[in-house]
Formats: sequence, structure tokens, C-alpha cells
Amino acid sequence: MKYVDEFRDPSAAARYVRQIARITSRNWTIMEVCGGQTHAILKSGIDQLIPQRINLLHGPGCPVCVTPVELIDKAVAVAAMENAIFCSFGDMLRVPGSEKDLMSVRAEGGDIRTVYAPTDALKIALDNPDREVVFFGIGFETTAPANATLVYTAREQGLKNISILMAQVLIPPAMEAILNAPDNEVNGFLAAGHVCSVVGFEDYERLVAKHKIPIVVTGFEPLDILQGIYMTIAQLEEGRAEVENQYRRAVQRNGNTAAIKIMHEVFTIIDRKWRGLGIIPKSGLALDEKYIEFDAEKKFGVADITAEESTECISGLILQGKKKPHDCAAFGTRCTPEHPLGATMVSSEGACAAYYRYRKAIPGDDPKEKQ
Amino acid sequence: MCLAVPGKIISIENEEEFARTGRVSFGGILKEVNLSLVPEAGIGNYVLVHAGFAINSIDEKEANQTFEYLRQIEQLGDSERDES
Repeated sequence: MKYVDEFRDPSAAARYVRQIARITSRNWTIMEVCGGQTHAILKSGIDQLIPQRINLLHGPGCPVCVTPVELIDKAVAVAAMENAIFCSFGDMLRVPGSEKDLMSVRAEGGDIRTVYAPTDALKIALDNPDREVVFFGIGFETTAPANATLVYTAREQGLKNISILMAQVLIPPAMEAILNAPDNEVNGFLAAGHVCSVVGFEDYERLVAKHKIPIVVTGFEPLDILQGIYMTIAQLEEGRAEVENQYRRAVQRNGNTAAIKIMHEVFTIIDRKWRGLGIIPKSGLALDEKYIEFDAEKKFGVADITAEESTECISGLILQGKKKPHDCAAFGTRCTPEHPLGATMVSSEGACAAYYRYRKAIPGDDPKEKQ
Repeated sequence: MCLAVPGKIISIENEEEFARTGRVSFGGILKEVNLSLVPEAGIGNYVLVHAGFAINSIDEKEANQTFEYLRQIEQLGDSERDES
């Protein structure tokens, strides 16, 4: 496939690895922000190919993983309503709530449907005028324009039987929360390329100015990630701290104007609670007042549900890059993708799921931890 | 979740603003994709598709820079070695 295969070329990857080794003179810790990048790194073995002096930490960029347990509880409450058709991306169905997950609601007779595009929910609402269709609106900036288009179109078409359970989060405030932590170890970021494809990277210029840390907007194929690592290490070795764009074929500084326009039309920025990171100021999106009739929390009175995270699962520490999956006693034993204790084991982008799939054979043998 | 796949626009089915849709080929597999966020993209262009929406166009000229950059840093390494 064009724009995929050539960016997986093993000989070019080996050449990038040699160049990274050439310029790395000391220990550096880099965080790849997006869970999609984490999976690509583990799948292609980049973590084992690059010099041991480079420690890759896995960031919070998995929207399923950072959705707090109380939002799952709200989803469960709404999905269990007699007249509801609950639409969601498939990843959310197995994330444990306080008592149950959406999959068990479905097993008990709930009408829960997985959709490919948010706007699929519109068709379901049109086809079922007597039912309440609720869409679980999770995602980062990458998904926000699609979710916004769903709400905008619902209003344009005068639909009354559709609403959205908002779980939208924004990445730059979470990166700042990681940098502000007193025990922060991150020396540089690989920023999430698809988030930047939508909103651009002006926000990072402010972060770089304040925290003096390199941020390289990076794509998702192995060569993208290797180039992103090289560019970050080059900055660190040369004592520079800048925003650089590795993913130029899909990212412009100002992002996608049409996508930003629809996001601003439908959403407003709010403080939001993240699993493991707590409440982060201005890190979430809610419906603008003009679209409030589509807010599922208000429509079905579930806004007041609160819940505490499970104590055994360390996904909060994993999401901040403070622990790796092998550090968890439950990893691969009491916690597996079939029986997950927490979201990082459920999502196809969760760090625990990635380690379970690609590094299960060597628990406790993470070469980076031997240094 | 933020997975996005590059594909080539094969046809435009609907030109209405927010319902602008077309068929996109992913290595021969065709899917209907919302193209409202990439008004500049037409038949034959490559777009990045996420959750049924094209989130941006792919800049063909910029796609080569990953390989060009590799050649440049290799030359840099060679010249440093020659100097030492």
C-alpha cells in the first residue's frame, strides 16, 4: 500500500538505527505520546533495536485507556435503559466499570452496537425513530471533528432521538501534566502525528518555550518513528529544544482548517478527569451551549455518577510512564486481554495489551531496566 | 484509536458540504469515506482516513523527505568520520 509499505522498509530502518546509535552519547528518556506509536514500536521491535541508552516511555495517548471508570459507569447506566441503542467504537466494550462493562450489559439484553464511523449512529437514529440512540464520543483531537460532524448533522436534520456521551480529551494539557510532575523523567516527546494532522502543532511551541524540551511531531510507521527518535536525540545532544515536524506528509503547522472549524462550532473546552492523571485543566471537550440538547449526560440524568479507580490495576502509573506493564504483578496472570483489570490491557492501543501481545515471552526481562 | 490509514479517492458520491462522501481505495479494498474535512481533495488524491473520515490530505512531495533526511544524516556522519 502506498505511503505504508515504503515506510516499513527494513534496510532503511537499519540505516536509521545506525545513525541513531552514531549520535547517542548518553542516557535519554523519550516518551511516545500515542498508543498507536507504542504498538508500532513493540511490533517492529524498535525498542530492542535502538541503543540501550535510549529509554522509551509509553505515554497517555490512548483515549480508551484514559477514560475514567465513572464515565464507563455512566455509559453502562445509559446503555442499560430499556429504550436505548448504545453505539460505540468496539474498544470500549470490554473496559471494566465499577461493577460491569458494556459487554455484560449486552449479554443481559442491552442493544449495544459497534460502529465504524460516528455518523453511522445517525443512520441508526433515522431507522429507529422510537428509540434513543446514544453515541459514546470518546477520542482525542483526531476523532473530535468526526464526532462534531455527528452532532452538527443531527441538529441540521432536526433529530430528537440521538445524543452523545462526551469523553473527548485533548493531548497537549496531558503532556504538560506529565512535565509538571515532580518526578518527571521525560527528556523529549514524540508527539502524536494524527492529533497534529487535525489541530497542527502551535500549542507545542508554547510547551517547548516553557519547559525547554524537544517535541517532534511523529508518524506511525517504523521509519517515521525512527526518524522521530533521531530528530529528538539530535536536539538533545545538541542542546536544542524546538518543535520539529517529522510527519510532514500529513501535518501542517496550522492543522486542518475545516476540521478545526467544525470542532469550534460544536465543542467547548472544559476541565476533564483522566484515569491515572486526575482532573487536568482545559483538557477535555464538551458540547457548546447551542448543542446541549444532544448531551446524553444531561438528557438521561447520569452526570452525577462518580466512582473510584480499582486499586490493583496500575494503569494510572503506566499512562504517566512511571511504570511499565512488566512491573505489574497481575500482568499476564490475573490480568489478560480476555480478563482485563484495567483499560490499558483492553484497548488495542493500550501499553499492557501491546506488551501482552509482543513481549509476553520475556516478563521481567525488559532490557531497558537492566541499566 | 488514533489509527489513520492512507487511501486513494476513487470517486466522489455526494458533494453536499458535511455529507461530502466518496469511495476510497486502501490497497484495493474500497470503503465509503466522509470527505467533508478535505474539501480540496479530489479523485486520485491520497487522504488519511480515521473513523470513516478523511482527516487530511497526504502531501506527495513531502513523503520523500524521510528518505532524503536519511541520506543527509548519513552524509553528515561520513564527513564527521573523515574529519576525525
